[in-house]
Amino acid sequence: MKTDQPAQQKYAEIVEKHTPKSPIFKNCLLAFVSGGLICTFGEFLLQMYGQYGFSKDDAALLTSTTLILISAILTGLGLYGKLGKYCGAGTEVPITGFANSVVSPAIEYKNAGLVLGMAAKMFVLAGPVIVYGTLTSVVVGILYYFLGR
Amino acid sequence: MNYIKAFFVGGLICLIGQILIDKTKLTPARILVLFVCVGCVLGGLGWYPMLVDFGGAGATVPLTGFGNNLARGVKEEIDAVGAIGILTGGLKSAAGGLTAVMIFAFLTALIAKPKQK
Repeated sequence: MKTDQPAQQKYAEIVEKHTPKSPIFKNCLLAFVSGGLICTFGEFLLQMYGQYGFSKDDAALLTSTTLILISAILTGLGLYGKLGKYCGAGTEVPITGFANSVVSPAIEYKNAGLVLGMAAKMFVLAGPVIVYGTLTSVVVGILYYFLGR
Repeated sequence: MNYIKAFFVGGLICLIGQILIDKTKLTPARILVLFVCVGCVLGGLGWYPMLVDFGGAGATVPLTGFGNNLARGVKEEIDAVGAIGILTGGLKSAAGGLTAVMIFAFLTALIAKPKQK
């Protein structure tokens, strides 16, 4: 058949057109924008608390606390997980993602009991982060004590 | 201007996380552990505080900022009380945030219903 060649070419063009662009590019863009927006909102909170006269350290703690509270509410409503499907690391890496990783299993396992269910499962993901973070801080502390001062 | 800096610094840190998720076989949990440890080491070297000066919340809101906070706490505590600060400084600086997480997680879990599967 004569039309084979152009038809195949056309088919290839259609496939090309409808194949989604590399999901990695899309994932990265979404992570960059969503993570950036969460941090921009954090900066807004930081400056707001600064204007209310809180010291730099206190304003930073209140900013974290506010972000954690918002994340907990969104997690309770089941919305944070939905956002996470699109935003990936953009919603996992900020402190709101850390809060989500604590709140989410606390909700899911509360029927297994308040002690070994909710409280134990709270730290299923946050636990390793705290353990290795603290261990690293001890190493940093030892080096700083003997070499840094 | 501060908002733009926060957006780009925070966005870039999350972008690095996304690249690690897509390009390596590391699980998100391992990446979060890695981020805290890297933040803590960079904090110990005094490099991360420079990023905080530049990016503000863009550097403190991601988990690397949590690691940096641990390093800063341990250094300040050592300066204040000596060697015992190696044990107490890190978690002391994280106490406020961790307590807030626990309070809100507890209260939310009391109210919210688990998803039925």
